[in-house]
Amino acid sequence: MLDRTIDMVARSGEPALLLMVDIDHFKAVNDTHGHPAGDLVLLAVAQTLAKCVRPMDTVARYGGEEFAVVLPNCHTFFGVTVAERIRQSIQNMSVPIASGQPINVTVSIGGAYAPEWVRSTASLWTERADVQLYRAKHEGRNRVILDTQQEIFVSAEEKNMLFGHLAQGEPAWIEAGSGDAAALAAGQRVN
Amino acid sequence: MSDVVNPPASAAKAPEVPLRPLGKVVAVTSGKGGVGKTFVSANLAAALAKRGLRVLVLDADLGLANLDVVLNLYPKVTLHDVFQGKAKLEDAIVKAPGGFSVLLAGSGMVEYSRLTPEVRNEFLNIIAGLVPHYDIVLLDTGAGISDVVLFAVSLASEVIVVATPEPTSLTDAYATIKVLVGQQKRQIIRMVINQTARLGDGRAITVQLQQVLDRFVTTEPGRSIRLIHMGDIPGDPSVRQAIMRRQLLIQNAPGCPAALAITQLAQKIQEVVVPR
Repeated sequence: MLDRTIDMVARSGEPALLLMVDIDHFKAVNDTHGHPAGDLVLLAVAQTLAKCVRPMDTVARYGGEEFAVVLPNCHTFFGVTVAERIRQSIQNMSVPIASGQPINVTVSIGGAYAPEWVRSTASLWTERADVQLYRAKHEGRNRVILDTQQEIFVSAEEKNMLFGHLAQGEPAWIEAGSGDAAALAAGQRVN
Repeated sequence: MSDVVNPPASAAKAPEVPLRPLGKVVAVTSGKGGVGKTFVSANLAAALAKRGLRVLVLDADLGLANLDVVLNLYPKVTLHDVFQGKAKLEDAIVKAPGGFSVLLAGSGMVEYSRLTPEVRNEFLNIIAGLVPHYDIVLLDTGAGISDVVLFAVSLASEVIVVATPEPTSLTDAYATIKVLVGQQKRQIIRMVINQTARLGDGRAITVQLQQVLDRFVTTEPGRSIRLIHMGDIPGDPSVRQAIMRRQLLIQNAPGCPAALAITQLAQKIQEVVVPR
C-alpha cells in the first residue's frame, strides 16, 4: 500500500516530499519501560504524525520504530516547515504510561523530494530519504535533514544572469550590443 | 536504528552516484525535451562510424526515447526481451543505416523505469559487457533530471548536454548541470548548442552558462566546474527535411552546414574519448 502510494506520487510529476521518521533510542524505551509502554509510544507518535500533516498525506509504519510520510504536491519551501513541525510536536508530546512518569521521545527525520516534472521511482526515492535519515541520526538525532534537491531550483537571479540581456533585446549571443555584452560576444567569437 | 547507528544499505554502498563511470561511454542528455538530443545522438553516431569507429547507441530512456522513430527501425527483438530472458543480447543489437549499432529499449521497458537495484545491476552489467566491443557507446538519455536519467548519466565517463539558445532550454540545461555537479560531482561537462542562428552563438552561450555557474554554484576547493564547448549545430532547413523523411542528416544531406557541424563534433569527441 505504501509502496503503491510512493510509486504513484513519484511518477506523478508533481513536487512531492517523502519523510522517513525514526524514533530516537526506542530500544531504550522498550528496555526501561517494557514493550507495552513502547507500543503506547508508537501509537502516540503515529497519532501526532497524522495531526501534523494534511488529510491528503499518507502516514505509514515503515519498520520497527520507523514511519514514512508521503506528502504529494509539497513544494520545497514547505518541506522543512512540515518536517520541523513534526519533530517539535513529538518533542513536546508526553506519553502517559501505566507505571510511573510519562515518557518523552524525540525523532530523527530524513527527507527527499521527488523532483518536479520528472519521473522517479519508489526505490530510488526511499533510498535518498533513508540516506538523509541516517545523516540525521549520525549528526546527533532529534533533527531534520532533507536532501538538497533545491539544487534543481533556478533562482530569478540566476535566470536573470543567464538571459537577462534577452529582455533588453540584446542577448550576447544574438546581437552584439554595446558594453560588456558586446565585449563578451566579440571576445568569444573566435571559433 | 535506535541505539546503534547502522547505515542503511543504501548509505553503505554510497556513493551510489557517482558510480564508477565506464570509459568510452558518452551520455547525451539535456534539461528540456525537444532540443534534438536523439537527432544529435543518431547523427553523431553516424559521423563517428564514418570515421571508422565502432559505435553503439543505446536507448537509455528505457522505452520513451524516440531513437526507433528517428532511425526508422523496428526490430523484433529489443532490450526488453533480453531483460525478460526471451532473447540473447546479441540479437537485440541492430545495424542502423549510418553504419553503427543500436540497442533499442523497446516499449515494454517502461516498466523497468522502476529502477530497482536488480534492474540497475542488470543494466550496468549489460552496458559493461558491451563496452569492450565498441570504440564508443552513446547513451541517448531521457530529458529532465529524473532518477532514471541521472542513473544513465552516472554510467558514462563523459557527458554531453544538448541545449538550444531558447531561454527555457538554457534554464533546464543549467538546472541539469547543477544537479550533475552536485550529485555526481562532475567537473567537466561538454556542451553542444543546437539550432544556433549565428556562428559563435553556441560558444557565447557556453561562456554565459559558465559565468552563471561560477557565480552561483559553490564547489569544494580545487573541484571547479568546467563547461567545454564542443560545438554548435546551426539551424538548417535540411535538418527538418531529414527528420521528416526519417533519415540521417549525415546521409541525406552530408554537405549541409548542420551535417558539417556534426562531422566536426564527431572529430572532437573522438579526440576526447578515443585519443590516439
